[in-house]
Amino acid sequence: MPKVSALNMPDVPMGQLPPHLELQRTRVSCDKDAPTHTENVQSAGAYTSVGVDNSLCLDQFRKNFRVTVVRLTEDDMEFDMIGIDPSIANAFRRILISEVPTMAIEKVLIKNSTTLVQDEVLAHRLGLIPIKADPRLFEYTSENDNPNEKNEKNTIVFKLHAKCKRGEPRLPVKSDQLKWLPGGSEFKVEKPSGPDSTPETSPQNKYTNFSCNQDSMPQFANNPIVPKHPDIIISKLGPGQEIELEAHAVKGMGKTHAKWSPVSTAWYRMLPEVVLLQDIEDELAEELVKKCPAKVFDIEDLGKGKKKATVARPRSCTLCRECIREENWEKRVSLRRVKDHFIFTIESSGALPPEELFTEAVKILEEKCERVIAELS
Amino acid sequence: MEHGTRDIKSSTFCLTDEDHTLANALRFTLNQDPRVVFCGYSIPHPSDAQVNIRVQTTGAHAGLVLKDALQNLRAMCQHIRSTMDGAVKEYKENPPVEAMETEETEE
Repeated sequence: MPKVSALNMPDVPMGQLPPHLELQRTRVSCDKDAPTHTENVQSAGAYTSVGVDNSLCLDQFRKNFRVTVVRLTEDDMEFDMIGIDPSIANAFRRILISEVPTMAIEKVLIKNSTTLVQDEVLAHRLGLIPIKADPRLFEYTSENDNPNEKNEKNTIVFKLHAKCKRGEPRLPVKSDQLKWLPGGSEFKVEKPSGPDSTPETSPQNKYTNFSCNQDSMPQFANNPIVPKHPDIIISKLGPGQEIELEAHAVKGMGKTHAKWSPVSTAWYRMLPEVVLLQDIEDELAEELVKKCPAKVFDIEDLGKGKKKATVARPRSCTLCRECIREENWEKRVSLRRVKDHFIFTIESSGALPPEELFTEAVKILEEKCERVIAELS
Repeated sequence: MEHGTRDIKSSTFCLTDEDHTLANALRFTLNQDPRVVFCGYSIPHPSDAQVNIRVQTTGAHAGLVLKDALQNLRAMCQHIRSTMDGAVKEYKENPPVEAMETEETEE
């Protein structure tokens, strides 16, 4: 018998995986009882024995990576990100939610509040109001609460003064009544008067220390800072009640408090893939169309009274598995998810448009890399 | 910060002020490097902003391999950013006409 190398396997295609392994590598299959092959094979040498290199090649990544925008509105965006590992897609999602900075109200100076809403609840409500101000134009404030360090580069001051006169109906106070004070705080620090007290106009007597008016700065001159939505109810005033306060907004991140999160949500899902394993015709086709609550299937007329089921809208498949629940259907329909195709949705809360938020998130991940590279060198 | 440097092939790196966001992405790029025999990460305590990344290699300096992984990740990010900008620009130049219709049928 002639000697044959163990690696001489004419039936195993070198350089590419056999179809069943390729399917396991690239798809999650959603079976009747549970999803299988949910793991991602990351190791570079995972397929060495079949002659397949699973290592990361940037050129390969650049060739395969694609983005297509599905929907883009003022504060909502959906796009497909194809050819990327979930660990990186998830990093972007996590950064979007907790590490992209925005401006939010952090300090509230309440001069007078006779409403039923307690001061701390009122302050919390104010904090959650999204503010339409580009956070990239601001700096972080220092930890300590020093009025001298609150300047035009790190603080936005709003004023709220509302009063419901006696004998009038209840008055809702809405977010558009928050008035931007480009010159900084107007309240004076109350100090015991004495011979050594500072003069009235001195910066020590104020809660902020602005060196110029924010509306004279070019970036805000034609772009006044306002709450994103004018109709958020802050409180309701009964007859005779009054609110007078000042709110100081600073830059922060979602991981400190959700009020600084620039997105209401950012999420992704893997692309559903519905495959008909055999031709489904006539009554079965009708049955299949009726089974699906997400209306994934359509019927194609073949003529002569013949009908055939087709997969018309796989994207709307929710993988409810209703179509494979009954007996024998699992061998007709296969439900899968494409592991490297992400349908990513970003809902901005208003500080920045969603496409810029994503760019910022990618930049933050880059900065993280750079920081560690610098530490290693 | 680096621990266990007696052997250049295997080290544990302690990154402060990082979490799953970077560590998991980094584990992916490390795993994709053929020189890496083993890599993994752990967060010793959820209250501490700290991750430990373990890298064991076939012979290369673990620190250099980690640095390469970081550079790969950064290069991927740069590519993602430029691809994204291109896709958004393209969408803004010719927005799909039936965007609204397909949306209704999908919901």
